[in-house]
Amino acid sequence: MIDFLQLLVYGVVLGSILTLGAIGVSLIFGILRFAHFAHGDIMTLGAFSALAVVSLGLPVLVALPIAMAITAVIAVVIDQTIYRRLRRTAPVILLISSFGMALGLRSLIQLIFGPNNQVFAKGIQMPYRWGDIVVKPDHLLIVGGAIVLVLVVHMFLSHTKMGKAMRAMSDNVDLAAACGIPAERVVMWTWILAGCLATAAGVFLGMDAQLHPVMGWNILLPVFAATILGGIGKPYGAIAGGMVIGIAMELSTMVMPPVYKPAVAFAIMVAMLIWRPQGIFKGQA
Amino acid sequence: MSLLDIKQIHGGYGGMNILNGVDLTADRDEIVVIIGPNGAGKSTLLKAAFGMLKINDGTMTFDGEDITHLRPDQLVGKGISYVPQERNVFPSMTVLENLEMGAYLRKDDYSRQMEWIFELFPRLAERRKQQAGLMSGGERQMVAMGRALMLEPKLLLLDEPTAGLSPLFIDQTFEQVKAINKTGVGILMVEQNARQALHIADRGYVLTTGRNRITDTGANLLANEEVSEVFLGG
Ligand SMILES: Nc1ncnc2c1ncn2[C@@H]1O[C@H](COP(=O)(O)OP(=O)(O)OP(=O)(O)O)[C@@H](O)[C@H]1O
Ligand SMILES: [Mg+2]
Repeated sequence: MIDFLQLLVYGVVLGSILTLGAIGVSLIFGILRFAHFAHGDIMTLGAFSALAVVSLGLPVLVALPIAMAITAVIAVVIDQTIYRRLRRTAPVILLISSFGMALGLRSLIQLIFGPNNQVFAKGIQMPYRWGDIVVKPDHLLIVGGAIVLVLVVHMFLSHTKMGKAMRAMSDNVDLAAACGIPAERVVMWTWILAGCLATAAGVFLGMDAQLHPVMGWNILLPVFAATILGGIGKPYGAIAGGMVIGIAMELSTMVMPPVYKPAVAFAIMVAMLIWRPQGIFKGQA
Repeated sequence: MSLLDIKQIHGGYGGMNILNGVDLTADRDEIVVIIGPNGAGKSTLLKAAFGMLKINDGTMTFDGEDITHLRPDQLVGKGISYVPQERNVFPSMTVLENLEMGAYLRKDDYSRQMEWIFELFPRLAERRKQQAGLMSGGERQMVAMGRALMLEPKLLLLDEPTAGLSPLFIDQTFEQVKAINKTGVGILMVEQNARQALHIADRGYVLTTGRNRITDTGANLLANEEVSEVFLGG
């Protein structure tokens, strides 16, 4: 029982991180109709941008918004210089180019920051204990931060004109154009939003463990699994998808070695694609 | 000069021309109906007027301005709204949000226009928080028309607004189209329920294989024997 609850805590932490990545993947898919393979490496980029700011002597939570801004700008630049030209070709070409972008970003990060593990803050945090359950302050920060960000995304999508335009375009591109919704501006905002969320995911991942140039790539599979579970292109579904995958991955370590965690995500993803490719939720959302 | 003036338009979807020299005009005080057999190019003609077609020859003007090669997002701002035959709502969004998206380009206060649309379609007023994708075909058609009216267009392009509706909804839709036209919105409409449509039409165009076949007033077309036999099913 103790094991179970402890793993549940880890699962919620991992789920929070996956959710932040999956919302971005889902938004990008909804607007641009391709699976963004460089999303994991955008997370890595976000984490290392934050590390660069932290190394100037600022605390992580101050570095986070700065890193978000840096990463969002880079995401928009990548889109405008590379993806934009390919939008009129087949979506598979965009997908493959994003795969290339993933490799490029990772190599660049490794070149600048080196191939070793790094941390935001050295030293050990005093954990909170409830009976035998251990919760690190960082865990609370990660889950709390994810909740705040999800609420912000919700407010943006449901209450702002640009957020609604994003949902409209993801619903029906042609009709959005018939309303005069400016497609390119919506695309730009999509990258800004997805870039900020990916940064948070990357920074939280680095806080939970360590920073490494392959950290984002390694977590891309569970992020995709969460996206598909929630129904690809449905950002609200991604929240549930992230939580389910995160918790399933952690709980699986009760019955199998932790190295199989990604395999659990993969198995759920394949099962979903066979059984319910439209996601766990019915209808449009 | 007419509000919309299409002259000898040739165009298609990239391959062969679908429209082979069509002429058409429409004005603000008119209901203009396009009829013709399946595949005649009726929908294609509406798409041409809304900048969704590759135009290879001919000209189109709107309000005296050349619009031959403008895009849909440029045309909505000039006062043309288009309701496609299918996929004409944002399914995951509420009725209210659909209307808001219709008003996307407006910077002014559009609450009066919205009130008027809710008067025209009382059903929508009751269900403004409902997701459009979960509504019946007739209700979705109202959402689609309401959305297109939010910019207070000069001309409304409707592609088969009564397709798939029950007889009751069909009558209601034609009444609504008349009511919209009375407020000074020109109507250019493709219809399969041709007889009923011609009854409310000021003028009608019979289109076959991407060409004008017969053009006349609604009443004359209804009285025309050839039209009656070949295009209205006797
Ligand atoms: N998106 C498209 N791409 C290529 N060809 C198309 C496209 N849409 C229609 N066509 C072709 O253009 C021709 C005219 O089609 P259109 O839809 O305009 O006919 P229609 O008169 O509206 O017929 P219906 O009564 O069935 O709606 C048809 O031969 C059709 O196959
Ligand atoms: Mg048609």
